[in-house]
Amino acid sequence: MTPVDPTAHVVASRPAAGASLAVADSPDNTRVLSLAGHLDAYSIAHVWPAARNAVKAAGDRNVIVDASAVEYCDGAGIGMLVDLLRMPRIASTRAVEVRHLRPEFQALLDQFDPDALIEDHDPAPPRQGVVVEIGIHVARIGRDLREQVAFIGETSTALGNALRHPARVRWADVWMICERAGADALPIVALIAFLMGVIIAFESAVPMKRFGAEIFVADLVGLSMLRELAPLMTAILLAGRSGAAFAAELGTMRVNQEIDALTTMGLDPVRFLVVTRVLAALFMTPLLTLFADLVGLVGGALTMQTFGIPYVTFVHEVESIVDFSDFMAGFIKSFVFAVLIAGVGCLRGLQTTTGASAVGNAATRAVVSGIILLVIVDGVFAVIYYMLDV
Amino acid sequence: MTESDTADDIVIRVEDLTAGYDGNVLLQDINFDVRRGEVFVILGGSGGGKSTLLKNMIGLIEPMTGRVLIEGDDMVTTFGAARRRILCKLGVMYQSGALFGSMTLLENVRLPLEEYTDLDRDAMDLISRMKLDLVGLEAFTGHLPAEISGGMQKRAAIARAMALDPMILFLDEPSAGLDPITSAELDALVLRLARNLRITFVIVSHELASIYAIADRVIMLDKRRKGIIAEGDPRVLRDTSTDPFVRQFFHRELPVHDRHSAAHA
Repeated sequence: MTPVDPTAHVVASRPAAGASLAVADSPDNTRVLSLAGHLDAYSIAHVWPAARNAVKAAGDRNVIVDASAVEYCDGAGIGMLVDLLRMPRIASTRAVEVRHLRPEFQALLDQFDPDALIEDHDPAPPRQGVVVEIGIHVARIGRDLREQVAFIGETSTALGNALRHPARVRWADVWMICERAGADALPIVALIAFLMGVIIAFESAVPMKRFGAEIFVADLVGLSMLRELAPLMTAILLAGRSGAAFAAELGTMRVNQEIDALTTMGLDPVRFLVVTRVLAALFMTPLLTLFADLVGLVGGALTMQTFGIPYVTFVHEVESIVDFSDFMAGFIKSFVFAVLIAGVGCLRGLQTTTGASAVGNAATRAVVSGIILLVIVDGVFAVIYYMLDV
Repeated sequence: MTESDTADDIVIRVEDLTAGYDGNVLLQDINFDVRRGEVFVILGGSGGGKSTLLKNMIGLIEPMTGRVLIEGDDMVTTFGAARRRILCKLGVMYQSGALFGSMTLLENVRLPLEEYTDLDRDAMDLISRMKLDLVGLEAFTGHLPAEISGGMQKRAAIARAMALDPMILFLDEPSAGLDPITSAELDALVLRLARNLRITFVIVSHELASIYAIADRVIMLDKRRKGIIAEGDPRVLRDTSTDPFVRQFFHRELPVHDRHSAAHA
């Protein structure tokens, strides 16, 4: 071995963890890095940069890494040696050589070609420019719209087939989904509708009392609940509750290849999974809307009781201002909302990709796009009713 | 266990372990030791409790009775920093890979290094790439798990399990789903690490070729007897065992009643 300068100094050590490095320059234009102790991921954090710097600073000297005092060297230690061995290709250092590594560790080092590890063979893709990003997003929206149109077509066809051949519908699944999406949602729908009735009545009764017009609060509660708030709030609740559940169920089935299994068995996933859910939503959403109408009015009546309006007067006032067309205006909307909620939930579920976050993303997209569509369609209904003078 | 075993040689001790789920006992009164640097394979039929035993050994499930000691420490009764110290000694490759889907392969392997060491980013990246290189995935470091095949995910999971060079590696069915060449390379890697670094391997496997190639010792579990029905060198068990299930397993024979059905088919 090259004689080492007696003035060799320890440049990095970590006695507790047992790794150390000493650097010495010999007269024959050689720099010797003496590694000692236990080289593992916990002990070499300080030694590694020091060794790297020592090799970089070697200039035109040859570098010898003397590993004769290395007692243990695991994958991290081997990583450090590989890093030093590849330095001549990265920095302007001359040759680097590892000597006296124990055979069991040398066998681990020999597994790697330092030159092959200089370049990352699979670097992260460069960031796209703003224009490209916008283009990608627009293309994605276009693709999504096309898929939605195709899905509406497929679902309509499957629903038409279900109506023509009701015996082919999986009614057991429909009733089970009705229970989960409908009956189980009663408490939350009741709570929200009741509070809506209470809040609207209370917030409007206080200012109207100043004009002695609190009796008209019954008109306000009746019209707003039946025409607008009961169907819309029920639909939004169902979008958050059942729409997300549909997306998560179908998304998980997609990830577990259950939908692929249906397809390869020659069974139409839309008939098996989508039609049942859309039918269940069609049965349950109007019923829940009726329930919300009633509970909202009860909330309003209870509040008005505290303002001195008796129940009979409240009911009579509601009857005098709210007619059947107002009720039907809200009730008809609930059927359309039902198709939207179930359809969007199922579509997002079927669009699920792979990966741990995919099902969560599907549920999120189902809720977000479901609510956006509900509000848009509600606006369309408002215009139509205005034009029809309903 | 032989008389020459010392306390230092034994890295895992399973004592009177009874394990199962929801009061349903799958394994009863299990006792065995795993020695340092040993490639120890757990065998058994489907539903025999192999994965349950593995989960008990790595502390994911609390034993119904008995205990599992890792270098003398019982994980069930150890908490906080002490438990993290024990966990640093273990690397686990799950059957499904269990890679984090939002991270690239490089980031998956780098995660334990980031959390447990003070190495700089370049050093961590190089070590992670070397681990992926060992399992033949150097060209896929920037890929997400969803973008590679199931076999590749499994190999990446092995790389992640090795990130900290733990002293004990638990591999749940490492060869399943791998092509024969990759499987043989993996066997060679296991042997190299066990022989050179004295890393202990606890492997659940069904692959007989792989078992003969790497196992120093096996135990075989049986669901009907809820325990270990054979223990020792797999080649010796294959040639000398008189237990019908052990013979069927190693010789890939049908059970007697199935043989009759097959003969009449």
